[in-house]
Amino acid sequence: MTTAIRALFKWILERGILSWLAVLVIWELVALGYHNADLFPSPVQTFDGAIRLWSNGALLKDIGISSLRILAGWLLGTLVGIPLGLIIGTSQVLRHMIEPFINFFRFIPAIAFVTVFMMWFGIGEGFKVALITYTTLFIVALNTMMGVVRVDEEKIRASMCLGATRFQIFLYVIVPATVPFMVNGMRLAMGNSFAAIVGAEMLAAQQGVGYLIWTSRLYFQTDWIFVGLFVLGLMGFVADRLITVLSRVFLKRYGVMDGATAEMRL
Amino acid sequence: MSERKLQQITIRANGVSKKYGDSVEADFVLEDVKLEIRQGEFFILLGPSGCGKSTLLNMMAGFVEPTRGDIFVHDQPVRRPGPDRGMVFQHPDASLFPWLNVRQNVEFGLKMKHMKREERRLISNRFLDMVGLSEHETKFPHELSGGMKQRLQLARVLANDPEILLMDEPFGALDAQTRSVMQAELVRIWLHTNKTVAFVTHDLNEAILLGQKIGVMSRSPSAHIEAVYHVDLPYPRDATSTEFVELYKDIASHFNVTGRSDGVQVGAFPPSLTKLGGLP
Repeated sequence: MTTAIRALFKWILERGILSWLAVLVIWELVALGYHNADLFPSPVQTFDGAIRLWSNGALLKDIGISSLRILAGWLLGTLVGIPLGLIIGTSQVLRHMIEPFINFFRFIPAIAFVTVFMMWFGIGEGFKVALITYTTLFIVALNTMMGVVRVDEEKIRASMCLGATRFQIFLYVIVPATVPFMVNGMRLAMGNSFAAIVGAEMLAAQQGVGYLIWTSRLYFQTDWIFVGLFVLGLMGFVADRLITVLSRVFLKRYGVMDGATAEMRL
Repeated sequence: MSERKLQQITIRANGVSKKYGDSVEADFVLEDVKLEIRQGEFFILLGPSGCGKSTLLNMMAGFVEPTRGDIFVHDQPVRRPGPDRGMVFQHPDASLFPWLNVRQNVEFGLKMKHMKREERRLISNRFLDMVGLSEHETKFPHELSGGMKQRLQLARVLANDPEILLMDEPFGALDAQTRSVMQAELVRIWLHTNKTVAFVTHDLNEAILLGQKIGVMSRSPSAHIEAVYHVDLPYPRDATSTEFVELYKDIASHFNVTGRSDGVQVGAFPPSLTKLGGLP
């Protein structure tokens, strides 16, 4: 019996449940101090707001639309970024040509492109997806390139001794050896995609979590803003867990590790 | 002796020099290396750390280009790596493919040749068996011990059937017991497959245990092969036999006697190696 209780306690501790409870308590205390729901809604008030937004379907719709925008842009950016990173990493000439540009553009945040992207890709879904594609592309390409550069020289030499052609070395050695870096780039890019989509939805959208946060301000629905913030965190958390779990299941042999592998940040 | 003379020369170097960098002042790591390795021979390149013996091996493999002269394999100058020369590297973690399991690692070269699955399987079975990894075929490299990883490297190279085995201190990182097991295994496999072996080591004891010929290298800069010793002892060799000890003293003294004008003591072998015994 005691072991069961201890196991339960360990489970609670490991899941971070205690820390979340602490956060709720502190939140409640701060809200009590403000004593003004328009300025700082308490957890209960926020929960009420969430129920209201949920019951009329608005919240789910916002979550769905933001998720789809992120997913589309992130996938597109990954699909372009991985081959780009592989090519830049493999060819020294191309690397010298392209790397300065990458290191230039990666300091221009996606959100700075909102206005021109709106002109180029239209005010609808186009520019939002383009924004996320842009931000994903650089991180994924850069991380993939780093991975290619870091492939052990001995692996390449060994495969040459085993009769592999240049193309075979690329396909059977460089690509698999780079997988952890690709996944790492994709994880980092997911974080930046959230930043980009919220910005875009605040400036030009009729739906989405960013739009929810922005418009709630107009109605002094601070509780809805809190709901939006909480939902963003939750979405990001779920997305990251999904990437981690999926890559652990499908890419385990390539040495994809959990967390703490972040090396290149934008 | 006359018998050996008849054997074809497989690897030949005549006046090979190497320096890194283009500058005129840069020292030659290797200078005027002369070497002949005959078919089926077990040749040891012995020398202190940093004497350029690995560079010499890398030039045989075609990883590194000589600055002057050429290394010839069957009278053809080496220009690039090829499947006729298989390399066993010092660090298996850097050279094995961690995303492939043991069997897939062994079959890598065969797959590159587009060999059919069943055929690959027959060959990998044979070499997995030879190095004693048959029961571990589905494991991944990170699940293996250091000795097993080196067996895997050996099997991966042998499955590709190279004429020449190049080995770069392959047992250097192993513990003493595993090392002596691996040395015995290597001799058994070599006698069995009759490959030409070029084996780099700084361990004099290992050199005499394994080699038919020992090329003793001088210290860098301008290292070269100072002397070649013939070891006519039968396998498996007994490190405590009089002949072994005599030869050990001979070669060791060769290192110690080669005094340098700057007074640096040459022949700094690990102290443990000056003690004999405890090895099979």
